[in-house]
Amino acid sequence: MRSLLILLLAVLAACGAPPDTGRGAVLRWGGDAEGGAPFVEADPADPAVVRGFDVEIAGMLAAGLGRTPQFTQVAWASIEQSVARGDFDVGMSGLEDRPELRSRFAVSLPYFEFREVLAVRPADRARFLSLSDLAGRRVGTLGSTQAYQLLLDAQRTHGVVPVSYDDDVHPYTDLVDGRLDAVLLDHVIAERALRRAPGFVIQPSAVARGHYVAVFAQGKEALRDSADAILRARIADGSLERTFRRWGVWDEEQERYLARVLADRTASDGARPAAASRTVRAYLPALARAAAITALISLLAMLLAMTMGAVVAAGRLYGGPLLRGLLLTYVEVVRGTPVLLQLFVLYYGLSGVVRLPAFVAAVLGLGLNYAAYESEVYRAALQAIPRVQLEAARTLGLSEWQVFRLVRGPQALRLALAPMTNDFVALLKDSSLVSVITVVELTKQTAIYATNVGSWVVPGLLCGAIYLAMSLPLSRLARRLEARWHMA
Amino acid sequence: MSRSVALQIEGLRLSRARQEVLRGVDLVVPAGDVWALMGVSGAGKSTVLRAAVALDAFDAGRIVVDGEVLLPGRLPAESRLRALRRRIGMVFQQHALFPHLTARENVMLAPIHAAGVDPTQAQARADTLLASLGVAHRSEAYPGQLSGGEAQRVAIARALALDPHVLLMDEPTAALDPARRGALADTLRRLAGEGRALLITTHDIEFARTVADRVAVLAEGVVVECGPAREVLESPTHSATRELLRHSLDEPPVA
Repeated sequence: MRSLLILLLAVLAACGAPPDTGRGAVLRWGGDAEGGAPFVEADPADPAVVRGFDVEIAGMLAAGLGRTPQFTQVAWASIEQSVARGDFDVGMSGLEDRPELRSRFAVSLPYFEFREVLAVRPADRARFLSLSDLAGRRVGTLGSTQAYQLLLDAQRTHGVVPVSYDDDVHPYTDLVDGRLDAVLLDHVIAERALRRAPGFVIQPSAVARGHYVAVFAQGKEALRDSADAILRARIADGSLERTFRRWGVWDEEQERYLARVLADRTASDGARPAAASRTVRAYLPALARAAAITALISLLAMLLAMTMGAVVAAGRLYGGPLLRGLLLTYVEVVRGTPVLLQLFVLYYGLSGVVRLPAFVAAVLGLGLNYAAYESEVYRAALQAIPRVQLEAARTLGLSEWQVFRLVRGPQALRLALAPMTNDFVALLKDSSLVSVITVVELTKQTAIYATNVGSWVVPGLLCGAIYLAMSLPLSRLARRLEARWHMA
Repeated sequence: MSRSVALQIEGLRLSRARQEVLRGVDLVVPAGDVWALMGVSGAGKSTVLRAAVALDAFDAGRIVVDGEVLLPGRLPAESRLRALRRRIGMVFQQHALFPHLTARENVMLAPIHAAGVDPTQAQARADTLLASLGVAHRSEAYPGQLSGGEAQRVAIARALALDPHVLLMDEPTAALDPARRGALADTLRRLAGEGRALLITTHDIEFARTVADRVAVLAEGVVVECGPAREVLESPTHSATRELLRHSLDEPPVA
């Protein structure tokens, strides 16, 4: 629900972004207020204003450059793309330093060192100390992050089962609920989650370390160099420390780290040896598996939608007033609310009552949602069958059920075929929404892939081609059926 | 009369939208007879047929089909109408063939699903019926591919699939060109000759004269004149019949 709100805000912010004027006067920077404190959050006193340590650092950079900071809201996973597009001058929001990032962007000196830490249930405190203790266990994290990459590596080396989330709140609630055995994320995020809702412990030793950086477009090296100089000055005069203290993220390790940064003018810390850059071929199996999941979810959801839809349509045509009223309510409620919200309710909202596996929740959520649409298609189709057809069937001695099954239903099915095909193709694409409940399907896998190779071009083209490869045969089959039935 | 009565309608009263359409209709059609029910448009001819095949409920009177009795009031459940449905067949004005089934499948539907006949037997019976009506060569065709005359003959075959003793036809000549009417008349005479009672509604005086044993004229919700076709059509005694005859001379039959 919160994601939806932020999504809305993001859209509004994007629409309201001012044209490219006054460039000299402002420093345009982009971040994600959904990331929340201590990075960037909407000020509770005035939600139009953002605050957080990244906000303050952006303010320092702007002040040092003699400009006014101007914030643009953008989804965390898209910040780098937006920088590349030129939507703003600099992206900040707990962005992680990675080798691929440095090959495509001008990256600032890493101004904060974070630790990747494991969160586990108190009972497992002594059992799960590192990733190697988690063979065969489900470990959650935010998708498209260094932590996710660590989990993918641990999948190969230790048999850990990575579970990807679109936000950093639900991994911890799922950990407490027992859906996960551990969560691997930045210590800043882990500590914040612990303050919000206890019920787990954070293991003291770091699995890995990483750094937050500010990201500039290629060609903006001069601006980046100015920013680095300003950052150094603010480290030296203690401004950065005060900011980090204010947001509760200052500790001895940070102190030691910043001292090291000042000492080492090259700040080469971020440029650790690159992980072997992944080729298309290496990703094909993962994409194929994700495509299979997309196909399977869509198929099962559509089967459920068709069955339920037929039952609802029949109930609305043949049922008594009470049943008709109930079914109408179902259709209106399901049709009138976002499927994303329904998925959230099914997976997270009901987890106190029934803890559905993500895949089941995905099929149920999409299936029950589309059932509402299918039922309307079928109802309209059933009502379009001329009355005399039903009367003719009755004079032949067919029972009411036989009339439905042998005469009315089959004819309605022919009328419903085109809109049904439409819905199936739409469902195939809507299935990408289930990544919010941790199912890694085609779109999610593509996003992970894109983040990894640092470009959307090849992953995007591949992803589109796979969706088309699934939807085109479907349309073709429908056209052939229609042609065959048309002469009937 | 020595022949048995196949369809008996007594004092049939029926209202629609608070308007009394039928005010006591009496008809007695013996097996082997073709009766033409005539009257101007809106006289209630089709309503009589619909009541007799239990598509519409009626307010008063009694309908007996080959021993099966229909009483006034709400229509009985379909399960209680099974026996009646097997005794009476209906051919709708627009044929109402099922467009998703072939001609043969249309004819086989009732035997298989309503009467539980074995599909092989049902198909043999369907083919015999279609052949007897001269449309055996169209048995694989879908209704959309049939001409009006062919569709009508398939619709007759479908209505006869359970071998009913009574056959009702609503305006059978409405969509037929004059050349085809003679053939239809022959078919109907043959069906009556096999011992069935046929009740057809028609506007077509010529057709009624050719095919019908008796003509009943419906006006103001009652049968105002009923007798041998020739008698009624050549020396009508009631003004409604004369009106009907005058109309049919003025204008071509309704197409």
